[in-house]
Amino acid sequence: MLEIKDLHAAINGKEILKGIDLTVRPGEIHALMGLNGAGKSTLSNVLVGHPAYEVTRGSVTFNGKDLLALSPEERSHEGLFLSFQQPVEIPGVSMVNFMRAALNAKRKYQGLEPMSAGDFLKLMREKRRIVELDSKLANRSVNEGFSGGEKKRNEIFQMAVLEPLFSILDETDSGLDVDALRIVAEGFNKLRTPETSALVITHYQRLLDYLRPDFVHVLIGGRIVRSGGPELATEIENRGFDWIKAGIPEE
Amino acid sequence: MEEKNKFVREVAEKKYEYGFTTDVQTEIIDKGLSEEVVRIISAKKGEPEWLLDFRLKAYRYWLAQRQPDWAHLTLPEIDYQAISYYADPTQGRKKDGPKTLDEVDPELMKTFDKLGIPLEERLALSGTAVDAVMDSVSVKTTFKEKLSEKGIIFCSISEAVREYPDLVRRYLGTVVPYRDNYFAALNSAVFSDGSFVYIPKGVRCPMELSTYFRINARNTGQFERTLIVCDDGGYVSYLEGCTAPMRDENQLHAAIVEIVVNDNAEVKYSTVQNWYPGDAEGRGGVLNLVTKRGHLRGANSKLSWTQVETGSAITWKYPSCVLSGDNSQAEFYSVAVTNNYQQADTGTKMIHLGRNTRSTIISKGISAGRSQNSYRGLVRVAPGADGARNYSSCDSLLLGSECGAHTFPYMDVQNDTAVVEHEATTSKISEDQLFYCNQRGIPTEEAVGLIVNGYAKEVINKLPMEFAVEAQKLLSVSLEGTVG
Repeated sequence: MLEIKDLHAAINGKEILKGIDLTVRPGEIHALMGLNGAGKSTLSNVLVGHPAYEVTRGSVTFNGKDLLALSPEERSHEGLFLSFQQPVEIPGVSMVNFMRAALNAKRKYQGLEPMSAGDFLKLMREKRRIVELDSKLANRSVNEGFSGGEKKRNEIFQMAVLEPLFSILDETDSGLDVDALRIVAEGFNKLRTPETSALVITHYQRLLDYLRPDFVHVLIGGRIVRSGGPELATEIENRGFDWIKAGIPEE
Repeated sequence: MEEKNKFVREVAEKKYEYGFTTDVQTEIIDKGLSEEVVRIISAKKGEPEWLLDFRLKAYRYWLAQRQPDWAHLTLPEIDYQAISYYADPTQGRKKDGPKTLDEVDPELMKTFDKLGIPLEERLALSGTAVDAVMDSVSVKTTFKEKLSEKGIIFCSISEAVREYPDLVRRYLGTVVPYRDNYFAALNSAVFSDGSFVYIPKGVRCPMELSTYFRINARNTGQFERTLIVCDDGGYVSYLEGCTAPMRDENQLHAAIVEIVVNDNAEVKYSTVQNWYPGDAEGRGGVLNLVTKRGHLRGANSKLSWTQVETGSAITWKYPSCVLSGDNSQAEFYSVAVTNNYQQADTGTKMIHLGRNTRSTIISKGISAGRSQNSYRGLVRVAPGADGARNYSSCDSLLLGSECGAHTFPYMDVQNDTAVVEHEATTSKISEDQLFYCNQRGIPTEEAVGLIVNGYAKEVINKLPMEFAVEAQKLLSVSLEGTVG
């Protein structure tokens, strides 16, 4: 599904990713861990095509397509979704209008007619339940005045509506209390299918206990320095990253 | 930055959608302005002596004045002798003008079709009566009969002068005197046509009244004069929509709108203005120098101005309210969009004279390209206006870094019991907001439209439904590709 080869990327001329190789197959969940500044968010931003990042080397294919050649919105239409670490507020634009524009843009890309207002509102109601999102929130402006937890739930709600093939959760667990974390994680699990896969960026074991990743990768200094099964996350939770760092040769 | 400039260029290359001209036989009098020209205009219209007098006084006053320069605008030198002050596209047809749709020049009808004006009677269902003004002469007024059953008068001002001279004489120039300002004096001297509305006592006008102004002939200034009188307990909602074809030269548009609101009466005046804004280099475009004012004469009277301004090279316009009647209420809702080299200096004046008078000002400026967008507003509370209240909110939204937004709020409060509030914000569409939309699959242009419409929602919602939809489209179209 997603194949990253020797990916190098820079922001403001500074190289952050220094050769990432990663393959994600349908149905798999990969966790990405690492210290702040290791390049985790850079990787997610590069994958969704944030204009501030420049790919300097390497390739990414997504379902056989050259992902890096697509615009951010085309990547979205092809089934790529990012749950933002810090979702932005868009005053004046209601969630309903926002999601309708998003969904209909995707349908247009797929050659489908726009969804009728009635069907759309029904869909919104259904999907809202997955993350127990208050109906009032849906009528408010995008993320405006939402609490930290509500913003993260709102991200998973959008994911539910857009039904992406590949989702990136960028520290979706940060700032969530125990209950909100459970709701978000369970909501995410409800959306899983054998065809969908995800890259989950997190600092904590807690979220992974719910999501049960197939693989865990450790990113340090712009490279994946260690990969393993779920047990790697447990080990990091217990021992931190120092023991992994100790094994990396100096540059 | 590179991206941004690319988008700006793309907009630059976008053609003005309404840039076509209609080839109809037009009678134009020679260019230039003199007492003689004023007399010719008046004679051509067969006007009574008092009106010619009014025009001549205005002309003489205008001669002694200088063009104002206080606005935050770079107004080009206007050569008033290079303009023709009268163009009549219906001449060469029947003398009295067309009576039915079949008599209207087919080319003219096509023009209106392109603009999407619902001139056909079958569109009665949409509840709109249209007084279409092409250049200077009102082409056709629909629904006149239906309205007249209720005693409502809706016709061109020229016709009103002939048919209802007493009414016109009683109110013309009472809200905007010819001495009001330079452009008002000019209009008073040479005004060609416009609309007249009279709502009798206790009558609610059953449909939206609408005028579609359009400048067509080359080198003709358009000087409409609109007069709306709403008598005790009456109600009317009036919409003015404007487009102009593409021209290389600047076209002068100096209109006057006067509104009189009597006891317990209510008037809503909405404008969607989309005159030709000039090209991306700032060449050409309409100079929109307009005086609009309403007089809330009666107790408990209400007046609201709603405007969506996306066109014109230069907009100089301050729809204002004089609140004389006790408990009268006035509102001003405005969205002004400027792009490329457009300049807008627009706002309102709320003059509180009566007791417990209330006014609300909601202004939303949107600037893109290299444009300059200013809000200029005055709130004055006279010594006798006990309990007067005003709330003003002026927001500016910037798209890109080469445009300017300015706010000039003036307050003059001479009564201790008055409460005047003013809020102002300036914001920018951030790259993060746009990227968030992109990630969800919404292309940048659509995202800008979504955000801008969200920003202007408070004002758009005040427009009658059909026009709100049109205004939304206009906002998106005007700003297409301004953010990269």
